[in-house]
Amino acid sequence: MLRSPLRKRVTATVALAAISTLALAGCTTANPGTSTGGSASGPQTVTIYGPDTGTEATELNASWATWAKDNKITITYSGDANFTTNIATKIQGSDLPDIGMFPQPGLLSAAIASGKVSPLSSATTASVKNNFSADWQGYVSSGGKLYATPLDANVKGYVWYSPADFKKWGITVPTTYAELVTDIQTIQSKTGKAPWCAGFSSGTASGWPGADFLAEVVLSSAGASTYDAWVKGTTKFTDPAIDKSFTLLGQILKNPKFVNAGFGNVSSINSTKFGDVATKLANGSCALTNQATFLEASFATTKTKAGAIPKVGPDGDIWAFPLPSVTAGSNAVVGGGDFAAGFNSKSATQKVMTYLSSAAWANSLITVKNASFISANKGVDATKEADPLLQSAIKTLQDPNTTFRFGADDAMPSVVENAFWKGMVGWVNGQSSAAVEAQIQASRASN
Amino acid sequence: MIATDVDPRSARKVAAATRRAESNAFKNAKNRLTSRGATIAAIVIAVLWTIPTFGLFVTSFRPPADINTSGWWTVFANPALTISNYVNTLNFDDGGISVGQSFLNSLVIVIPATVFPIVIAALAAYGFAWINFRGKNLLFILVFSLQIVPIQVAISPLLSLFSTGLTIGNWAVFPGLNLNSVADSFARIWISHTMFALPLAIFLLHNFISAIPADIMEAARVDGAGHGQIFLRIVLPLSTPAIASFAILQFLWVWNDLLVGTIFTSGGNFPITKVITDLAGNFGQSWYLLSAGSFLAIILPLIVFFALQRFFVRGLLAGATKG
Repeated sequence: MLRSPLRKRVTATVALAAISTLALAGCTTANPGTSTGGSASGPQTVTIYGPDTGTEATELNASWATWAKDNKITITYSGDANFTTNIATKIQGSDLPDIGMFPQPGLLSAAIASGKVSPLSSATTASVKNNFSADWQGYVSSGGKLYATPLDANVKGYVWYSPADFKKWGITVPTTYAELVTDIQTIQSKTGKAPWCAGFSSGTASGWPGADFLAEVVLSSAGASTYDAWVKGTTKFTDPAIDKSFTLLGQILKNPKFVNAGFGNVSSINSTKFGDVATKLANGSCALTNQATFLEASFATTKTKAGAIPKVGPDGDIWAFPLPSVTAGSNAVVGGGDFAAGFNSKSATQKVMTYLSSAAWANSLITVKNASFISANKGVDATKEADPLLQSAIKTLQDPNTTFRFGADDAMPSVVENAFWKGMVGWVNGQSSAAVEAQIQASRASN
Repeated sequence: MIATDVDPRSARKVAAATRRAESNAFKNAKNRLTSRGATIAAIVIAVLWTIPTFGLFVTSFRPPADINTSGWWTVFANPALTISNYVNTLNFDDGGISVGQSFLNSLVIVIPATVFPIVIAALAAYGFAWINFRGKNLLFILVFSLQIVPIQVAISPLLSLFSTGLTIGNWAVFPGLNLNSVADSFARIWISHTMFALPLAIFLLHNFISAIPADIMEAARVDGAGHGQIFLRIVLPLSTPAIASFAILQFLWVWNDLLVGTIFTSGGNFPITKVITDLAGNFGQSWYLLSAGSFLAIILPLIVFFALQRFFVRGLLAGATKG
């Protein structure tokens, strides 16, 4: 009794599946060419593929929603946390979105080198030249042509601290790196505990916070030209200028009296997740840490000693100052950002590219509610940014005296980038600076 | 089931033999496993095995700040539970796609991606097992050996197949199917999963189907059944356990798949695994939602597993006792 209905059901499923398989095959052969996109007259679709997901993806969608509606272009954004690896596969397989958002200049130049990125239209070129500083334009040009437009930006190298505790200990915000080290010493002698915390753990990218920190020190101690040569590979990791930066960084990160506040000894830096420092900073067990502007988001889930969610602001529970430069008066900042590159010259794609390079989009982006994005676009009105930290970051980016450089690791070839990250992990684990430098430099040679 | 269709006696004999073999295997296994030591060991292993999952389950109900500062076991001394993680997970917006929508997407992906390979593999396995043609063994080895090709290697050519095809010089290796990543997402992922599943599916079902006694096949042929009838009335019903166990494997594999799902779909068609990896946020700031997200994602696989588990055990045992 039980068996025969089962048999019938199986037979029916098979038949159904066979029919749908046929139908599927029919689809694939019957309408080739549907993917060539909308014609000039009908509604047009532009696909954007980028690394931002979740809240950030929602914010991006909100930033261009009004414009897209007014211009009758449907923008379909697909975020992929593994963008950096998957885009290479997609380029190889010629399965391309209309626009790709590249989070690293090294990745962008590899895409340009593949020949599949189409150069910017004249309108977009003019807009990029008008809105972005020469530093930023440098990252999107190749052979005298512009291939992409900078989108959002972020500034690394902030030192997070508690203004109230600073007042209690009688110290002020340091203006040079040497002062910073002295302040750490002062806090250490007053509290008897390690004041600085750091976390290098980040899955397969573990070590990047260290690489960023080192890059910041190199840029402020050796200057922009050495930094550029270092990124390009003409200045070696074993160079005295880089070695000096390792020594400077070691004054903080390798001093067992200074680290790792709230976590353990020096090597516990490697087992600490980069975002977890926020917890210790909020509850006061860590006095100082170095991290980019995005750390602000992590404080939302932490508690102060009193059990409240910490307030971030100049007179709040947590605030940040830019990492003091090694040589006084240097205005160099290390940061990051995304670049949009078009993979075809369809009119809708080019129209979206022009819009993304405009001040109108950048202003729309920073005014999205609670947006964590800022932009280096010169047309951005900093006063529209509600968050005090992001506002100061925008001002830094817009300051004509600011030298902006991309995080060195992100701008290096990925083989070197990975060796760099691993090297920083080994360095914290007790390897000597010289050994780590030689090891990272070796990855250059093999490249 | 064959009793009414073909030759009642021989079929009954086979069924009885199978049952006997199965129950013997069960008895042997039971005898060996019912000593007191074995029972204790089994319980200890089961408990140890479940603790991390249980911890994750408890964690999914704790407030974020608590997760950050203390272990899940402290919940027994100081119970502070909340469903806010689940609420936040369900409200999570991954750039225009919610967890609920992606759950539906996963269903839309997983059902055809399980049915297609089984249909094709069952037919192919029957062909390889019971139809003689030239080069059969060589072809079977070729199909079977495709299993050693890692998915990662096949992804790039597959993408070319879907988009523009591949031409080397003037020679078109294969034409493009013009399936684009937005409109044809589901077709692309069904085809991909089917392709990746076939070698193993054909191999497993072939082993099972070829073990059906030749007497039954001959009897059916004598009674005038063609290939179609034999396949539908004898092979399919008899291999239900094998099909069901492969269905579970394939279902779980496709449901848990992240790589193929992320590369071949886009925008609003992403599967639930993709949305759950995004829950934590770009900088990992809301990682505490992951525990709630994973529990939402395993609901369906659990239901499927428990519903088909009976077949799963039978399928494995039947394969083991037939020589």
